[in-house]
Amino acid sequence: MTSEKTTNAVEVRGLVKHFGETKAVDGIDLDVREGTVMGVLGPNGAGKTTLVRMLSTLLQPDAGTAVVAGYDVVRQPRQLRRTIGLTGQYASVDEKLSGWENLYMIGRLLDLPRSEARKRADELLERFSLTEAARRPASKYSGGMRRRLDLAASMIGRPKVLYLDEPTTGLDPRTRNEVWEEVQNIVADGNTVLLTTQYMEEAEQLASELTVVDRGRVIAEGRVPELKAKVGGRTLEIRPGDPGEVTRMVGALAQAGLDGVAGATADEAQGLVSVPIVSDEQLTAVVGLLGARGFALADIATHLPSLDEVFLALTGQKATHKDDENALEEVAA
Amino acid sequence: MSTATIKAPESGKTPPVPGGGQAPVKPGADDGRIGLRANLRHIGALVRRCALQIKQDPESMMDALLMPIVFTLLFVYVFGGAIGGGGGGASRDQYVQYLIPGMMGMMSMSIAMAVGTGINEDFRKGVMDRFRSMPIARSSVLIAKSLVEVGRMLVAIVVLLAVGLLCGFDLNGHWLGMLGAVGLTALFGASLLWIFILVGLSMETAQAVQGISFLVLMPLQFGSSVFVSTDTMPGWLEAFTKVNPLTHVADSARGLMLGQGAVAGPVMWTVIWAVGLTVVTAPFAIAKFRKKV
Repeated sequence: MTSEKTTNAVEVRGLVKHFGETKAVDGIDLDVREGTVMGVLGPNGAGKTTLVRMLSTLLQPDAGTAVVAGYDVVRQPRQLRRTIGLTGQYASVDEKLSGWENLYMIGRLLDLPRSEARKRADELLERFSLTEAARRPASKYSGGMRRRLDLAASMIGRPKVLYLDEPTTGLDPRTRNEVWEEVQNIVADGNTVLLTTQYMEEAEQLASELTVVDRGRVIAEGRVPELKAKVGGRTLEIRPGDPGEVTRMVGALAQAGLDGVAGATADEAQGLVSVPIVSDEQLTAVVGLLGARGFALADIATHLPSLDEVFLALTGQKATHKDDENALEEVAA
Repeated sequence: MSTATIKAPESGKTPPVPGGGQAPVKPGADDGRIGLRANLRHIGALVRRCALQIKQDPESMMDALLMPIVFTLLFVYVFGGAIGGGGGGASRDQYVQYLIPGMMGMMSMSIAMAVGTGINEDFRKGVMDRFRSMPIARSSVLIAKSLVEVGRMLVAIVVLLAVGLLCGFDLNGHWLGMLGAVGLTALFGASLLWIFILVGLSMETAQAVQGISFLVLMPLQFGSSVFVSTDTMPGWLEAFTKVNPLTHVADSARGLMLGQGAVAGPVMWTVIWAVGLTVVTAPFAIAKFRKKV
């Protein structure tokens, strides 16, 4: 690893924020290396949004320090605001304005000259495939278009660090993929991104490193494959047409000696075979082999570890879903 | 970071080192302050935003356009004859002269009320958080909003004067007085904005803001010399109207536009009220705006 040689775009040490009795953020340490995507994974009320709000100068921490792009969040908030972009559940655009007007306004607020602000608005609408909708009010946009506009709005100032707070929460799967694609493009340009999410799948898709938080504290951190190895990756669930065939199916897979089939299990009661997925090729090979052997399949599905399973694997306990914490996080938002 | 580390929720890391680590805090050569010209540019962009909002949602101008029409027609034709002494048309004409200047301050107060709901909306919709995370002076958002509201007040006053003229209001050539009265009313209205901004920042929902604002407005508007002379009111109410700023605003406007009655006293009290309200409430509103989570 080269983490010693590269600079950290974000350095958080012992950050604390309490709302009355609730310890929303209770001593978080976090490093985000320049040019990487850090995923902050945690359930509702874990303190993710509170963390991002402190890192974007919207909330004052009670204790601890945070330095973003070299600026201290408490002592140098004005300089810091020049270097960040914020997109998320709450940092939104003006619904009554059109997409173009929103981007132009933000360009002007970031001190771009008029012509430059116009150019940048056109450019970003094009890049986020919103040119056609440019003149329509944002309130008429679909969920996915709104998020893309939010993303475009945060990119106008070419931020050194981009915060994405739950960028796909509430989107349907197809739209989610759309937003992921855009985020991946942003990342490919070498931007530093701090991403919060409730979804293991999203973290896996977008982040190179992960910090798992619960109840305002970090409970695990590491690179995504390492955490995944602990948690377990995707599994393929196969339901044969004849439930009695599950054992024979596992046998056939083992016989063929395909990758990962050593971990295949047969659940006779459910009539279900589970195979750990190790690669796309293996997935194809498994399904192909079963077809070649004449198995009739009633259903196949891939299954990702849920957030609960991740937490269970990492901590041996379920993620806390304390309702009062949720409520507080919402008030803070 | 070559291995994934798992920590028990109880164990913390090493204590924080202020400004330590690989990203040293830069010395304050550029302290990031917003210059005056940049500030004006930001306010301009935000005023443009409010103007575009109105263009997109013309209904939001309904209050400024319709309120003066409805109130003028209502009071002139329903109450005018009776209030003016029961003499029908002649007393109605007399009442128009009394009513139109008086209602100017009331219009600016009713328009000012809307600023609270607007600010409240911005917070709930999340636009405000984007502004507050950007390198602009946080006050510029409030100033832009106030400028637009003053513009809306002027529209309402112009509509009021136009309707008044149609109903027989006679300026008798007091054009300068009228300009003075309009300016004074706008100044008073601007000072009221800060109160409603404060209310908008303090309440949970826009509906609540509207409800509470309305409750404050009604007694102030009717417990004043806006609609009728305060002579016939009971002593305690008359005492209230004497301190009610709307009375001073109405009396000033009458003095300036009709050339009758005292001018200096009411104008002085109006200015004192306007400056006083601004000095007392604006710092609170701005502080609350900065700190609001």
